Amino acid sequence: MFDTSAFAPALPEIALATSVLALMMVGVFSDPKKALGRVSFLAVLVLVGTAALVVITGTDYRVGFGGLFIVDSFAVYMKILVLIAALCGLVMSDGYIRREGMARFEYPILLCFATLGMLMMISANDLMSLYIGLELQSLSLYVVAAFQRDQLRSTEAGLKYFVLGALSSGLLLYGCSLIYGFAGTTNFVALAHEMATMESAPTGLIVGLVFLSAGLAFKISAVPFHMWTPDVYEGSPTSVTAFFAVAPKIAAMSLILRVMLGPFGDLIAEWQQIIWFISVASMILGAFAAIAQTNIKRLMAYSSIGHVGYALMGLAAGTEDGAGSVMLYLAIYLVMNIGTFAVILSMKIKDRMVENISDLAGLSKTRPGMALALMLFMFSMAGIPPLAGFFGKFFVFSAAIDAGLIYLAIIGAVTSVVSAFYYLRIIKVMYFDEADETLDAMEGKAMKGILLVSSLAILVFILLPQTLAGYAATAAASLFAG
Amino acid sequence: MSEASFPLLSLTTFAPLVGALFVMIIRGTPEEVARNARWVAFVASVTTFLLSLLVLVNFDGSSAEFQLVEYQPWLESAGIGYKMGVDGISVWFVLLSTLLSPLCILASWRSIKIRVREYMIAFLVLETMMVGMFCALDMLVFYIFFEGVLLPMFLIIGVWGGGRRIYAAFKFFLYTLLGSILMLVAVIAMYFAAGHTTDIPTLMTTQFPRDMQMIIWLAFFASFAVKVPMWPVHTWLPDAHVEAPTAGSVILAGVLLKMGGYGFLRFSIPMMPLASDAYAPLVFALSCIAVVYTSLVALVQQDMKKLIAYSSIAHMGFVTAAIFSMNETAVAGSIIQMLSHGIVSGALFLCVGVVYDRLHTREIARYGGLATNMPRFALVFMLFTMASVGLPGTSGFVGEFLILYGAFEHNTYVAAFLATGMILGAAYMLYLYRRVVFGALTKDDVKAMLDMSPREIAIFVPLIILTLWMGIYPSTFLDPIEVSVTKLVENYDAALAAAQSGAALVTGQQ
Repeated sequence: MFDTSAFAPALPEIALATSVLALMMVGVFSDPKKALGRVSFLAVLVLVGTAALVVITGTDYRVGFGGLFIVDSFAVYMKILVLIAALCGLVMSDGYIRREGMARFEYPILLCFATLGMLMMISANDLMSLYIGLELQSLSLYVVAAFQRDQLRSTEAGLKYFVLGALSSGLLLYGCSLIYGFAGTTNFVALAHEMATMESAPTGLIVGLVFLSAGLAFKISAVPFHMWTPDVYEGSPTSVTAFFAVAPKIAAMSLILRVMLGPFGDLIAEWQQIIWFISVASMILGAFAAIAQTNIKRLMAYSSIGHVGYALMGLAAGTEDGAGSVMLYLAIYLVMNIGTFAVILSMKIKDRMVENISDLAGLSKTRPGMALALMLFMFSMAGIPPLAGFFGKFFVFSAAIDAGLIYLAIIGAVTSVVSAFYYLRIIKVMYFDEADETLDAMEGKAMKGILLVSSLAILVFILLPQTLAGYAATAAASLFAG
Repeated sequence: MSEASFPLLSLTTFAPLVGALFVMIIRGTPEEVARNARWVAFVASVTTFLLSLLVLVNFDGSSAEFQLVEYQPWLESAGIGYKMGVDGISVWFVLLSTLLSPLCILASWRSIKIRVREYMIAFLVLETMMVGMFCALDMLVFYIFFEGVLLPMFLIIGVWGGGRRIYAAFKFFLYTLLGSILMLVAVIAMYFAAGHTTDIPTLMTTQFPRDMQMIIWLAFFASFAVKVPMWPVHTWLPDAHVEAPTAGSVILAGVLLKMGGYGFLRFSIPMMPLASDAYAPLVFALSCIAVVYTSLVALVQQDMKKLIAYSSIAHMGFVTAAIFSMNETAVAGSIIQMLSHGIVSGALFLCVGVVYDRLHTREIARYGGLATNMPRFALVFMLFTMASVGLPGTSGFVGEFLILYGAFEHNTYVAAFLATGMILGAAYMLYLYRRVVFGALTKDDVKAMLDMSPREIAIFVPLIILTLWMGIYPSTFLDPIEVSVTKLVENYDAALAAAQSGAALVTGQQ
């Protein structure tokens, strides 16, 4: 007779896993023509159901699987973000995968498996469960990156992602084993206890921590481990890029937050300079490398590198406010990116997908609604008030300044001016240039709905900033409680 | 500080935004949309002006306190609230913004032909940002309005501007953003130093350590110096002015430049008195260079708008020099000069707009002899030329006189440079007037130009009245200003004295 209470904290994940397995059966036994539609629809329901379970089971601190798995406010907050990202990514893919010859029912299933991996990552309370979650996510994503298997670009992207991802997993695993070797445990709580009682951290442990940070930096595409990002973003099917840009970033960021602030919270003096450097390098590269881009997917890749740099600024602070600011930043980043990708996924001329920035020329005249929404997202990403993006920057800047990292904040401020240049360039193309060819109208009610909701959210965030900031603060507090 | 029962300032601030929402939902044929958009925008901006007059009526000019204060909790966990209020300084800038906006919309009536609806929306949003900025009593709220101005202005220059509009729009945006984002870092630093608050009245009474003041002053300076603009960060202004549509230039010259001067008065001086004192020579040097250098540059301009743009930089040089002279006369003069310049340079750009709408060129040499066929225009243009030069009886004289008087008290050399600027100012303005209005009427296309229409006259009438009013009976404006300025100067002197006695105490102990 085993004890069921050990599994209870993972109820949403278990439900998701079993439902996705069932979905595979549905896919296999359905009429091939109807399989994708049916599985997609059910997958949406499953994700919604999982989100509902996550909310219903509550934010109380619970540990399951003998300490491998943890649920707290932080986990719930991050899981909700990931599930929203996955849901929107799935819904937005629908039209695209049908047009681009990727209409196979495995697609939604793989996205669900990736999501499951992310939920595991967020709830990981042990280096082992961390690694298992990370690999489940990564393996599913390697496959979807190469989902257009008859296209050179897509297979190349999948392969690159796989090789570099495997390398980073190797680094991470090596780091984990070093940490285990020197600390004698893989459990986060035990590690935290170990760190607190240690007089000075052994060098081997620090090396392990560096390897672990490097592996995680790979996953969030922070400089200097960013090289794969532009190629994979550009080569992958756009619907997959839209998914890549948000959900895995959030999951990996929450891993970094939990690992750095939890078990290694007492070693802040050791890792703060690493994070400081990664943050600065990401902001600078994200700002300067994006200037010369002509492909909007590549541009978004560099933009995401820059945003990761800003988010890491909050982590570098190492405070509770800092963690809260990262969480707020991620939520805003999620909304801006989903909206932007809703536009990018609708960029087609006479049913042919296009992805050059110049294809947006004159959009303000031909498709004013789309242009207005994209303009809001671009201004928001540049961090111009009164849009939501400004508040994201404001909170990470305050966290950094409060922790005495003035230079970090100043560098961030200056790079945000540089990056404003390329965000403005998109607005310039849409509003100041004349159209050559008209983009097709946006298809699908769901897509329009996502665009409308995300642009409204960016616009009216200023009225109720306290709501989200409050959630983020509670979640951050739970990270420091343990 | 009494809490207002009725949110008059918020109403004034957000009335244009409501108008913009109405413009957004207009439906019909393109002509109908354009016509209705113009009317709705005009009505909204006139309503805003009337509301701002109500603000003035309810304003007690004999008190130096912030009045009509509103407070709403907003970012509670961070201790930041939405707070609005005006004092004797800001109330006039609110009025200046609300007065110029409807006039700008009138001036754009015919000259804006494409995307009228979007233009009107951008303008109304811009008005909200401007008014909100002058009313804000919380530094974060101020910052949001301050930067928010960039969005509509970027679009106004970029979409409806002239030939090099894209270059000008980018330059304007990035220059200003770089300055103001450094200010954001300083604002956050002050927020922590003052114990988690961005409440402006609280920050004004907080004494920041001298070392900190010296650094954050520079960050604020970066922002405001770009906005004013001060030499050598003025280069965005001629481009932006020249390429912006007429109404855009009016708002740029009339209101946006004043944001810098207002910033110095509201933040730099009261919150960082020690640093302001220490850096005053720097400001004087830059102002003197600006006054003389840009006046000389203005003398050789071939383009009317560029000439007036350079004259704006010179006039704002007067203002910055006066602000940092820190005596009541000079500071009051600087405020009057800003208001006067807002009206006069706005009017001058509108004058350029009048002839530009007819001949579609801003080149001075293409005109000549307009006095013959456009006598009404010649008269109006002359009045504002004289006001810009600072002829007694016009608003320009009051401001410049007070500034020179105050600056002379503080520093004779600065006053001497400013006086040189006045002489040069007369030279370039009269030279411009001679080339455009006098001379023989020889060119055929210039001969065919018609005099001002009733709509155009209607735009100028309020500006003429105000220019003469401020010139002949400035007390209406000066009295409430002086009350607030006296308090500002007293606090500044007290802070300096306290710092000095503190230093003396330290030396005495050693």
